[in-house]
Amino acid sequence: MLLALLLSAAVVTLTLGRSYVPITDVLRILLGGEVPGATFTVEVLRLPRTVLSILAGLSFGLGGVAFQIMLRNPLASPDIIGISSGASAAAVFAIVGLSLTGPVVSILAVLAGLAVAMLIYGLAVRNGEAGTRLILVGIGVSAMLQSLISYVLLNAPAWNRQEAIRWLSGSVNGARLDEALPLLTTFIVFGLLLLSRSRELETLRLGDDMAAALGTPVSRSRIVIIISAVSIIAVATAVTGPIAFVAFLAGPIAAHIVGANGSLLLPSSLVGAVLVLVADFAGQFLLPARYPVGVVTGVLGAPYLIYLIIRVNRTGRAL
Amino acid sequence: MRPVTPPHQALAPTPWRSRSLNLSGLAGAFAILAVLCLLSVSIGTRTTSLSEIVAGLSGSNETIAEAAVSLRVPRTLLAVLAGAALGVAGCVMQGVTRNPLADPGILGVNTGAALAVVIGIAWFGMSDPQDFLWSGIVGAGLTAVFVYTIGSLGRDGATPLKLALAGTATAITFSSLVVAIILPRADIAGGIQSWQIGGVGGATLSRTLSILPVLGAGFAISLLSARKLNLLALGEDMATGLGERVAVARLTAAAGAILLCGAATAVCGPIAFVGLVVPHVCRLLAGVDYRWLLPFSALGGAGLLVAADILGRIVARPAEIDVGIVTALIGAPFFIWIVRARRVRAL
Amino acid sequence: MAQGLTARALVAGYGDALVLDALDLDVPQGRITAIVGANACGKSTLLRALSRLLKPKHGHVLLDGKDIHKIAPRALAQKLGLLPQSPVAPEGITVLDLVGRGRSPHQGVFTRWTQRDDEAVAAALEATKTVDLANRAVDELSGGQRQRVWIAMALAQETDLLLLDEPTTFLDIRHQVEVLDLLHDLNAARGTTIVMVLHDLNLAARYCDHLIAMTAGRLHASGTSEAVLTEETVRQVFGIGSRIVSDPVSGRPMMVPIGRHRVDTTPAQNEAMEAMGQ
Repeated sequence: MLLALLLSAAVVTLTLGRSYVPITDVLRILLGGEVPGATFTVEVLRLPRTVLSILAGLSFGLGGVAFQIMLRNPLASPDIIGISSGASAAAVFAIVGLSLTGPVVSILAVLAGLAVAMLIYGLAVRNGEAGTRLILVGIGVSAMLQSLISYVLLNAPAWNRQEAIRWLSGSVNGARLDEALPLLTTFIVFGLLLLSRSRELETLRLGDDMAAALGTPVSRSRIVIIISAVSIIAVATAVTGPIAFVAFLAGPIAAHIVGANGSLLLPSSLVGAVLVLVADFAGQFLLPARYPVGVVTGVLGAPYLIYLIIRVNRTGRAL
Repeated sequence: MRPVTPPHQALAPTPWRSRSLNLSGLAGAFAILAVLCLLSVSIGTRTTSLSEIVAGLSGSNETIAEAAVSLRVPRTLLAVLAGAALGVAGCVMQGVTRNPLADPGILGVNTGAALAVVIGIAWFGMSDPQDFLWSGIVGAGLTAVFVYTIGSLGRDGATPLKLALAGTATAITFSSLVVAIILPRADIAGGIQSWQIGGVGGATLSRTLSILPVLGAGFAISLLSARKLNLLALGEDMATGLGERVAVARLTAAAGAILLCGAATAVCGPIAFVGLVVPHVCRLLAGVDYRWLLPFSALGGAGLLVAADILGRIVARPAEIDVGIVTALIGAPFFIWIVRARRVRAL
Repeated sequence: MAQGLTARALVAGYGDALVLDALDLDVPQGRITAIVGANACGKSTLLRALSRLLKPKHGHVLLDGKDIHKIAPRALAQKLGLLPQSPVAPEGITVLDLVGRGRSPHQGVFTRWTQRDDEAVAAALEATKTVDLANRAVDELSGGQRQRVWIAMALAQETDLLLLDEPTTFLDIRHQVEVLDLLHDLNAARGTTIVMVLHDLNLAARYCDHLIAMTAGRLHASGTSEAVLTEETVRQVFGIGSRIVSDPVSGRPMMVPIGRHRVDTTPAQNEAMEAMGQ
């Protein structure tokens, strides 16, 4: 069902826009055909954007839910605990400060994301239990990195400030197909790695001691999961900028749709893709001015976070 | 450590024992602040001598140095006022919420003030600093009520985690809204962006003086709430048992804090972490009595902001780093330290 | 006009849930009263309502005939002191400072600390044997010491009435007895009326002049230990069979619970078991 939703969302973003291109024409263009007047629109303007949105969404959704499951806390998603900020800071510095482009930026973002993950983990985790402290430490680290980003941006005369704000809010504007390649490769490599660990993730959900009792090599699988999830998130961030809250929202929404049983990895990944596609489309065409996708998800996501806090309050359950 | 003093001596006049200690502490803090202010006036892209400062202060701006002084004086004054306001506001908020992580920045109150100002500029064509001031205070007040309501719903009341999350969520949403408002308006973007990060660089004497009445009211309310805060620190039930109207006490104290941080934000933009760091350091120096803690926090906040401003000017010479960035870089590690050091209770 | 603390047709609860159901109560003056009952029977709710932490939905709590919610908070705090179940001390506060805060109902916004305040604090510290702790930080004290400090603070408030919510929880047996002894001293020396919620039925029976047993938001029985602590009442209030024997130390009644196992089948116990089965 989620797959169908994703496909139809993709079709909508390819056919609709400033001008309408019938679906038959879209198909013909995708298969290499020529449709006068529409080929440029679809191939250059819409297709890269759609592809990139899907890939970024898949990545954010998968990486986010992996963290949430592993740390047993819906709030422990990479965009709240500062890992995305780490990747952004590195990417901004690489792009603005060092005038780098392409895969090097992605690699730096991944390294920075991993470094931040290790930093937060080292500062917050005691005896395998992270919980609240991890989230609060993450909020602190995130604040520091944000101010670094602001500093780099403010002192970058060459960089168009308006464009910088746009990138920082997370945007798929000006997407090119060649940017999709590193994203696709990372997603396939690390995504498969994560999926292969999905059973271990499920046991980690029961707590470290329980997982160990069930025969899971706890620290080894945790390292694999962290590296995979951070890499996926960081590469996506380097390409599109931090699209607010997608990593945070995808998991809980997927849990609502498919129920708590079974692995959430794939459903959450698909939900992430749908979120980015729809939010980008809304930002482009449904609102009075054109907004980058991250602004849309940012405004949408916070009410959900607040709802989560309220719900937790009502049931009196720990997060 | 076992006190060997005989009973009557241990009991010797309760508040007096630490009084002289605290008074000399305050005097010391004041002296440090004075030195920092002097440094702030003399240090910059162009360092000035003492005689030039004196000349500049007496109104002369014939030489470049004297002119620089006349620019730096309002800037220093603003840093002192805003720093003191943020320090006291943070201290009061920690007392009202009984939450060690309460800070106008973390609770999203500063972002709320910023959003209100940005809305005023973009939609209502506001340009008068006096209007900034009022919209900032209104925005701060509404946001504080909003965040506290969300954070304290449910049985356990306002735990540090829930408040920090509610504040973060609110701050992210409001930042998104600010971006949403600014993006289509290239005409106002640049000015707002640097205001938003927090700066005292563009201070003018008239703008600085214009917030004085509001700050005065805020300081007065906060200081008069000191004894109420002392009782609130014992918990809601205990404070009630000791004859305090808890809701009234919280509201008045919070109103003082909101006036202070709303006004400071309206002029400098949102500056995070001053309100968080300063009260904790002051607690180490002055103990837990808010009647001492508040004046200490005022001096400490002023000192921190002036120092951060000086640092921002010398680190990246000839360019400058906005004071908001410097305080975040100093403050965030401190925040993490508090999180690690404390048993974060009742989560 | 009724003297002391009374409740009339008191209905109170949280949100829509009503916990207290038209409850009437007269607290005997100058005595120690314990409220006992099973979990969730409304003991703490009653104490909260009596100490104006909880506003009644209907009915009144009266102090010397006057509704406590119509008395100015500060004036009330000079007459009625309160020790909540788990009070929090600000990190790093000294014992002296904490106990001193008990004086605040006697101070105005601008009034200074007086000789009188000093005397009250000194007396409170002496009564609770916490003089030696005066300059220590509260958070570095042991549980038993800390509870004595909190009681000292309530003493410094100098009220005729003192309400305590489970003052002995989280304490080991030695410190439980110590705290109850201390409250007894206070009652004997100053004539302070004490009302407390207690978990331990036997300690309640031993230390209190007056027992109140609650079920489902109502008073089930009240009176002396001998009158209230019967096998019948224990079964109705706690839902468990028991035998009541004489406490060899105090001579007051003492309850010995009867479970499904580890019961010597002597004729007497058989009777009790059968009575429970009915």
